[in-house]
Amino acid sequence: MDLVKTAMAGTMESGDIMVTIEPRTAGGITLDLTSSVMQQYGRRIEEVIRETLGELAVENAAVSAVDKGALDCTVRARVSAAAFRCAQAENDHWEVRK
Amino acid sequence: MMEKRYAKDRLRRSMMFVPGNNPGMIADARIYGADCLMFDLEDSVAYTEKDAARFLVHNALKTLDFGKKEIVVRINDLSSGLGIRDLEAIIPAGVHVVRLPKTDSAQDVIDCEKEIARIEAEHGIPVGATGMMAAIESAGGVLNAREIAQASGRLIGIALGAEDYVTDLKTTRSDGIELLFARSMILNAARSAGIAALDTVYSDVNNEEGFLEEVNLIRKLGFDGKSVINPRQIEPLHHTFVPSEKDLKKAYAIMDAIAEANARGSGVASLNGKMIDKPVVIRAQRLIALAEADNTVEEE
Repeated sequence: MDLVKTAMAGTMESGDIMVTIEPRTAGGITLDLTSSVMQQYGRRIEEVIRETLGELAVENAAVSAVDKGALDCTVRARVSAAAFRCAQAENDHWEVRK
Repeated sequence: MMEKRYAKDRLRRSMMFVPGNNPGMIADARIYGADCLMFDLEDSVAYTEKDAARFLVHNALKTLDFGKKEIVVRINDLSSGLGIRDLEAIIPAGVHVVRLPKTDSAQDVIDCEKEIARIEAEHGIPVGATGMMAAIESAGGVLNAREIAQASGRLIGIALGAEDYVTDLKTTRSDGIELLFARSMILNAARSAGIAALDTVYSDVNNEEGFLEEVNLIRKLGFDGKSVINPRQIEPLHHTFVPSEKDLKKAYAIMDAIAEANARGSGVASLNGKMIDKPVVIRAQRLIALAEADNTVEEE
């Protein structure tokens, strides 16, 4: 996925996560994560963010995320929304529920 | 036989609107006891957030466990260009029923069904698996209610969307008299098609008395249930639809009298000196089914 501009998705409300993605030309993914449940779930949230970016073939980006207790599916949704906004594209490959 | 994601005939006393871009509300939606959950991609989502809501509802449907609840998603209307994108996101995710807003004619239902069928086929989902419901929100739609209700075998019901409708009529919502014609049309159209009739929301969540009056009215008219916008409305709504002890006792007595007459080989049954005819039996059966369904839901 080609990122063309900085974009964000999500809110600071409870149960949500605000994700900002900034395009980079090299250096892989850098992640700045703060979370209200950092100690317990920080590692898991980071895993989901990196996994989602990997699935979207985002290789280089500066990502910052402020988590307010989001579930995995919310993290996935917000990262995807931010990435597609960043690429100025619409998703046309929705996966089927297994 | 093809496995459908929806059942035509099920308990639909309450259909709770859940804003599609609010992850906290989506995650908690299940706990309030509504019979059906309706994730909204239309009016409760700002135009600039439509894409984000689509991702959120898609991922929530694929991941969260909503138990036995019916999962409905209200899409944007197809003419806006957003509706098709909504369908692309939610059909693969496993939505049970698509709620089509602003349905003015049978053609609106047919157009939407065509898109649903295309998306199902593209994703290897059996064509016909997804259900539909149509919300009627204009004077033209109300007058076309009968054709709308019969426009697709996928329809589980038709619903009234009152806010747009009263605006179209050049009036406002008041004591319900302004909705009497629309409600009667929608109810009769639904019944003639053998599908559910669902009433509109009651927006003033702090007016419990007004809400109960409206619920009593729609129950008496014959509606299956109502959309709700606040979890607080669910319990009083369900309570109104639960048969009273007295009515339930009478219903069981009727069914006992029928069983007894059958055992005797008699085609005629009576209770307390009154003959029991077929409509009485059907009403008693429905009442018992409603009470049993209520118990089942409580146990879930």
